[in-house]
Order: sequence, then C-alpha cells, then structure tokens
Amino acid sequence: MEMKHASLEIVVPLGPVDAIPLGQGCTYVVDGCPIAVFRQRDGQLFATKNACPHRGGPLADGIIGGGKVICPLHGRQFDLKTGASVDGDYAVQTYPVRVEGGEIILTLA
Amino acid sequence: MDGRTRLVVIGNGMAGTKVVQEILSRDRERFHVVMFGSEPYGNYDRTLLSDVLTGSKDAKQIFLNSLDWYRDHNITLHAGMPATAIDRDNKIVRGGGIEESYDTLIIATGSRALVPPVKALEKIGVFVFRTLDDCQTIEAYARGCRRAAVMGGGLLGLEAARGLLSLGLQVTVVEMMPWLMAQQLDAEGGALLQRSMEQMGVQTLLGKTVTRALGGKRLTGLEFQDGTTLDTDMVVMSCGIRPNAELAERFGLAVDRGIVVNDRMQTSDPDIYAVGECAQHRGKLYGLVAPLYDQARVLAEHLTGVLSNGGYQGSRSITKLKVMGIQLVSMGDTIPSDPQDEVVSYVEPSRGVYKKMIIRNNRLAGATLLGETDTAGVLTQMFLLNAELPDRRADLLFGTSTGAPILSVFDLPDHAQICHCHGVTKGQIKEAIEFGKCRSVSQIGASTRAGTSCGGCKKLLEQFLEVYAGEVALDPAEHWYVPSLPMTRPELVAAIKAKGIKSVSALFRELNGGREEPSHKAALASLLKTIWAGEYEDERDARFINDRVHANIQKDGTFSVVPRIYGGVTSPAELRRIADVAERYQVPAIKLTGGQRIALAGVRKEQLPHVWKDLGMASGHAYTKAVRSCKTCVGSLFCRFGLGDSIALGIKIEKRFHGIETPHKMKLAAVGCPRNCAESTVKDLGAVAIEGGWQVYVGGGAGTRVRAADLLCTVKTHEEVLTYMGRFIQYYREHGKYMERAYGLVERVGIDELRELLVKDVEGIGARLDAEIERAVEARTDPWAEADAPVYPAQFGGPVLVELKR
Ligand SMILES: Cc1cc2nc3c(=O)[nH]c(=O)nc-3n(C[C@H](O)[C@H](O)[C@H](O)COP(=O)(O)OP(=O)(O)OC[C@H]3O[C@@H](n4cnc5c(N)ncnc54)[C@H](O)[C@@H]3O)c2cc1C
Ligand code: SF4
Ligand code: FES
Repeated sequence: MEMKHASLEIVVPLGPVDAIPLGQGCTYVVDGCPIAVFRQRDGQLFATKNACPHRGGPLADGIIGGGKVICPLHGRQFDLKTGASVDGDYAVQTYPVRVEGGEIILTLA
Repeated sequence: MDGRTRLVVIGNGMAGTKVVQEILSRDRERFHVVMFGSEPYGNYDRTLLSDVLTGSKDAKQIFLNSLDWYRDHNITLHAGMPATAIDRDNKIVRGGGIEESYDTLIIATGSRALVPPVKALEKIGVFVFRTLDDCQTIEAYARGCRRAAVMGGGLLGLEAARGLLSLGLQVTVVEMMPWLMAQQLDAEGGALLQRSMEQMGVQTLLGKTVTRALGGKRLTGLEFQDGTTLDTDMVVMSCGIRPNAELAERFGLAVDRGIVVNDRMQTSDPDIYAVGECAQHRGKLYGLVAPLYDQARVLAEHLTGVLSNGGYQGSRSITKLKVMGIQLVSMGDTIPSDPQDEVVSYVEPSRGVYKKMIIRNNRLAGATLLGETDTAGVLTQMFLLNAELPDRRADLLFGTSTGAPILSVFDLPDHAQICHCHGVTKGQIKEAIEFGKCRSVSQIGASTRAGTSCGGCKKLLEQFLEVYAGEVALDPAEHWYVPSLPMTRPELVAAIKAKGIKSVSALFRELNGGREEPSHKAALASLLKTIWAGEYEDERDARFINDRVHANIQKDGTFSVVPRIYGGVTSPAELRRIADVAERYQVPAIKLTGGQRIALAGVRKEQLPHVWKDLGMASGHAYTKAVRSCKTCVGSLFCRFGLGDSIALGIKIEKRFHGIETPHKMKLAAVGCPRNCAESTVKDLGAVAIEGGWQVYVGGGAGTRVRAADLLCTVKTHEEVLTYMGRFIQYYREHGKYMERAYGLVERVGIDELRELLVKDVEGIGARLDAEIERAVEARTDPWAEADAPVYPAQFGGPVLVELKR
C-alpha cells in the first residue's frame, strides 16, 4: 500500500478489475470491513459498504445499472455515487474507487 | 367500591366505545367503566349499515365489540337502556330505574336523523336510516313495496338508494339542491355522479323540496313545492343529522348546536366530557368517523394523564362514497376561495371520470376524485399532513408514469393516520407487519381493522406490505410491461422481434437510449427468454442473485439449498446422502419445507457448488420464478379414500414441468380424492382425483393472498392432466405480467374465457401452446450443472480478503 499527499487517505489496491463480472459486484473484505465494488457495464466502478442500512443486506449481490444498486433482500435502491437511498431515508457509505492499469484502486478516508 | 375512578359513558356507539378502548389500551387499571346504550346491542360499525341494507353484509359481520367484549373487560353495559337524567350535584346518571354514580362522565350520544318540516309526515312507510333496527325495519317493509324514494341526495342518501335498489325496488332520490352531494362536489362533479347513479338505475329529482306526504295511514307519494308529485310506496329520510344534545341541555350543560367542548373535549362542567357527533368543537360539528376517533384519542390521553400535542385541534374531513360501482373520494374545499388558488382538473365524461384539486400555497386545499380513485390514499395523506406538493400535479391525479409512489410511505411519520375509518396509524400498521407477521391486506385488517370499512387505504396498505414485509415486489405501471418503457407487453414483444434484440443490455441500448434501469433487468430477462428460448443471450447481471447461484438468499446473505425430490417421494439412500452433506458442511438448519421438500439453510455462496456435487441430485427450484414442486398426498397407493394415484401423477407433473420459467413462481399439487390433503385447490395449478378421472384446478393461492382455485376441466387420464396443465403454464408464460401470480391472470382473464381458450380451444391455439411448452421442456437444463463449470469465474466466489499493510 502507498500513502498519498501525507493525508489520512489510505489507498488500497484490490487486484484486477476483470475479477468482477461485467455488470455485477464483488465483496472485498478490507481489514475486516466488507466493501462491495461494482463494475457497471459502461465500465464505471463504484464502491460501497457491503451492508444495506436497512437490514444489512449484501449489496454486492444486488442488481446494478444506471448508477444504482438494488439490495437483494428487500429491494431498496441506492444511488451508487452518493449512497443515498432512492426511496427512503437511508444512506450507505460510499468510497472513491478507480482503475489504474487494469487494477482496482480503492481509497479509504 | 374498589377505589378506582368511576367512569360513566352515555352512548355505546362508535365514539363512546372508541374512547373506552383507547383508555383501556393506555391504562387498564385506572377506571371502573359503566356504559349506558339505548340500543340493545354491543357496539357495531355504523358506517357499514348500508352494506347490511344491500345484503352484502350480515348484521353479525359489522359488530366491533360483542356483549362478551364488555364482560371480558369488566365494563358494565346497560344495553337497551337510555340514560334519562344527569344529577350533577350528586354526580349520578339515571336511566330505566338504574343509578350509576360517576367521578367522570362522558357523553357520546351521537345524533339522529334530521326530519324536515314536511306536512302529514306521520305515516306508515316513512323511515329514517340511522341504526341497525332502522335497517331491519326498512328491509322488512320494502318487501311489500315496488317504489321507494330517498329524501336527500347526500352521501347517506345515495348509499340508502343503492341499498333499496338491491332490494329490488324502483328508487328515486329527491334533492333540494341542484346537484348531488352538494357538500362535497361542485356542479360538474355532481352532474357526473348523477349520471353514474342513473346508469345504475337510480332516478334523481333535483332542485325539488318535499312539502307534503301523500296518502292516508300509509304513504303513497310525495308532493313538492312546485305542486308536482311523485308516487312512491315508501320514503327513507336522509336530510342531515341533529346532535343528541337534549339530555346535556336539560341538565344545564352549555349547548349551542351540539354540546360545547374545549380542546380537551370538556363541557362546561369540568367532570363531564363529550365526544362524537353530539359534540361541538370550535364551532364545528363532525359527522364522520375519523374526526370522532381523533377526539376519542385526545380524550383518552387526557383522562389517562398523557395528553400530547395540546389537545384536539379539529379535523380535516375526507368523505368516501361507499356505493358499489361508484368510486368517489372528496376532501376539503370543492371550489377555489382565493384568487391565487390553483385549480387542476380533468374530466372524461364517457367514463364518468372527474378529478379536481384546489391548491393553495402549494398545498392541497381540497380534492375530488370521481370514477377513478387510485391516488386517493396519497392525496389523503398530503391533505392531512398539509404537505408540500410535487411539481408534477398530474402525478397526483394519475400516479407517476414510472409507477414509483408519489409519496413514499417511508416518509410518513409513525403517527400519520392511514386508515381513517378506524384511526389506525402508520406505526400500528408497521407493528402489525413486523411483529404481527401480517403478510396481506386482510391480515392487517384482521389485526388492526385498517382497511376493513371503506377500503380507501388499501392501496397504501399494499405499499406498506411491500416495504415492510420485505417482499421484493416490482410495481409495473398498470399496462406497461415495465414502468420505464412506455410499452405494453405485445408492443414490447413486437419491438424486440423487429429489432432482433436478444439480450437485456441490447434492449436498453435499442429501446431506452442506453439508459439502464436495474429494477427492470430481471423482468426483461424473463421476457426475452420466453421469446427466444435457446437463442436468448443470457447476461448474468440481469438475473436476481438467486438465479445467478441457483439457491435462495436468506436474511444473513447465506443461501438455502433444496435438492429435488420428485413428488415428495424419496428413498433411504437419498435421505442418507442429504444427511451426510448436511453434516459435512455443517449446515446450520435442516428444514422440511412447506412444499414437502428438505431445505438445507445457511449455506455460504462459496460452498454451494460443493454441496450440490456431493448431493448429486437435481436442483429443486425453491428460488427462480418458475414451476416449483408438486406436492402429493399418498393417494390410492396407500390411502383408504384414494380414488387416483396422486403420487404417480405428482411425480409425472413435476418431472415434466419443473424449472420451466414463468412470470412468477408456480406451486403445484396432486391429490387422490376431494379430501384434498395436499391442498391442490390453493395452488397455482392442481389436480384432484374423482371417481373415474381427474379435475384440473388453476389459479389458487395461499400466500400474500388466499384464493380458491377455479376448475379448468375434468379429464380421464394422467396424460390429459399433463396436457391441460402444460397449456395453462404456456398461456401464463405468454400472457402473465412479470411478477403476476397465476391467480392474477385467472382473475384478469376470467375462468370462462380460459376454458374457451384452453379446453374448448375456440381460437385453435391449443396445438401451438402444446408445442411451445414441449420446446421449453426440451430446452431445460439442470442449473446445478454449473457447479462443475461456472459460467464466469466469480460466480460462486466468496469475499476476497484484503490485508492492510501498515
Ligand atoms: C348508514 C350510515 C353510514 C355511514 N357511513 C359513514 C362512512 O362511510 N364514513 C364515515 O366516516 N361516517 C359514516 N357515517 C357516520 C358515522 O357512523 C358517525 O359519524 C358515527 O357513528 C358517530 O359516532 P357517535 O358515537 O358520535 O354516534 P353513534 O355511533 O350514533 O353512537 C351514539 C350512540 O348513543 C346512543 N344514545 C343516544 N342517546 C343516548 C342516551 N340518552 N343514553 C344512552 N345511549 C344513547 C345511540 O343510540 C347510539 O347508539 C355513517 C352513518 C350512517 C348512519
Ligand atoms: S386427498 Fe384423499 S386420497 Fe389423498 S390422502 Fe387425503 S384422503 Fe387420501
Ligand atoms: S436489507 Fe437491504 S433492503 Fe432490506
């Protein structure tokens, strides 16, 4: 792992982006914290905590598209950019994530 | 005496009983309760009297609290005993020779029908409509009559008219005002309502004042102010109500039009309270249930010492007409009163639809929905909460084009009242769902009474179920296949075929400008698969997780595995293998399912392929929207009643159709005789053996809704059962909406039509349906084969562990 700008950001490489099937999500347990990384069909990546704020549903197993994820347990929808739920007062934690040279780079604050 | 405070209530109608209930639910011990009721019954739902009159409900069905209830709660009820005196100095209520002393007195005497000054009215054949007894006398007298008139074209008058109509009479409604329901409707709405009533067979005479009753002892007609007359054998008066405030007035309480009360429902005597239609609060009288329940709650809070929100603030009233075949909801203002008011309206005369909103400062000052009341629940909430309205006014009248709720039920506060008839709040409904495990509108009704009177809140209750019962329910706009694509199923199918679209991503690209909508992926995948069968290009991201890993996701993210056991018949070897696998993988729970199979629950995703391989059995579809298992009884093989071999048939059915994808899950059963031990008649598809053959039942269900199946046909052989079941399944595949259970289709299309199409084959589609289902059977593969060859590497991948090196 590498430190950037001497800030408190922690940058974590998660391995090749191809490991995530197109249009789906995968779970990475980073230092004990389960994080869902999604790879949208248009190539965009998103990362959220892998626990739905409603009842802890595994969001990585949800259906995604159009910048949204649907929780597989009770169908609540979240905006992948902001984490805000589309139809309620919930919000899920999101994390910056990008691809560099075919590898997923996650940033934890 | 036991030292408890003595609470006496005069009147055991809707308001009086409600206060007592509310008090008991807060503090069971504080009061010794005594009630006087002039009616000889317990307490019933007065609003349902019109149903009793039409015969759609039996008197027994409208009781809210039987006499036993009073006994069980240690309430002394003097039923059939009007209170006749209040001795305020000695704090005693008297009636029928009984004396009851009180510390606190509540008057809830309601009101009575207003009788207008009509000459010679004291005749046989003149009725008011207020109590259960009225209902019964009207009904009895109507038997000897041909024509009836109703005086008064308000809410009650119209309900009475409908009731009389269903007793087989010619009915005329006479109204003084130039249109019907003048309190709740403007002229235009009134005119449309009049047309609907007339189409139903009720005549109307508007702008007519009755001045004299004609006939001798018995009524034979009515005479109007303009000298004209109407022949009629009976008349029901429904010209408004008068509070029963005489008793209070006679014993010195302040009475204006009703008994005057303050925000605590206290009369001019601090130990005496009044609630309900007899009370006048801030100059207003209320004649509907919802406000009375508000009052009852406030009073109960006050008397038990926990008054919140500073007391009763008055209510905004909402009226719903309960006339079969006419939908009408009205709230607040009917005409604009301020030049700044925004008026939004829509009229469709041919269907009798009229919708109108009066908007003041971006809030709802009033609304009328006639003929189509889909958005009534939402409007009601916006009206009651005085909420800011969304920009798209049209959504408020027609619903959103995406099918998304206009007002998320999430956003309502827990104290928001949802059922106005019974005063049930969102909090109570949530509890009923989450703790009471209610899973259907009727269960919520049984547990909270919500939705059991006028039914106006049922749509909202459905939304609560979807949200809080944890059912992943999509809500496609009524006629579109999916809400984001404005196309009906046939239109969509045509476009898909014309453009040769074979995958979900291609569909978004071609038909939706490249915009993906995740909530529609699964529905579109199902459609594409039905259209193209083997040619369908399967993209796994369009599948629900269950269908990606072929097991059912559980609340903790693990999965349950259900090996296929055809017809529910297994062997020692199979049982042993299942037991071994369960032990080997330390499966936390083994459960016999409701469908006679064995579930291994709590399996982690990455264990799935190993579990399946070791089981060496086919996948039991306890997950996909597909044909699932076929339950069986022991039938003629062992049972002494068995008329047919239900085990053999059940196995054949399951072997043939299992796993075939359908718009929603399909549950099946086969039983050996009409005793129906495996419950064929509450399955989507069922077979019942009878002497000499089999009956095929379709469209039953015992899930969120309970529905008894309809008989599709009666045949002789197992093979014929398979043929008609196959036809039905294929027809459902082609015509069911996504997530519509088979019973939904049966109700929508109608069993008669289905018999014509599938059994009589009037349109000659039978052979094609038979061929299509055969094709689907042949194209089927066992999904568990993917254990050996995952479709993509991460298919059964568990979480990837990442260590932070510091
Ligand atoms: C046919 C019909 C349909 C209706 N439909 C609707 C509807 O759809 N929606 C709606 O919101 N409202 C409806 N209403 C109105 C609703 O029923 C009333 O608002 C409600 O019942 C009033 O409650 P209450 O307790 O004040 O009076 P009531 O329910 O009338 O109860 C008062 C009770 O007190 C008794 N009483 C009177 N004087 C004495 C005395 N001296 N001693 C002892 N007992 C006494 C009366 O006999 C009566 O039983 C309808 C009413 C009728 C008649
Ligand atoms: S349904 Fe009839 S045949 Fe089957 S077990 Fe019951 S009684 Fe026996
Ligand atoms: S846990 Fe995500 S919607 Fe319930």
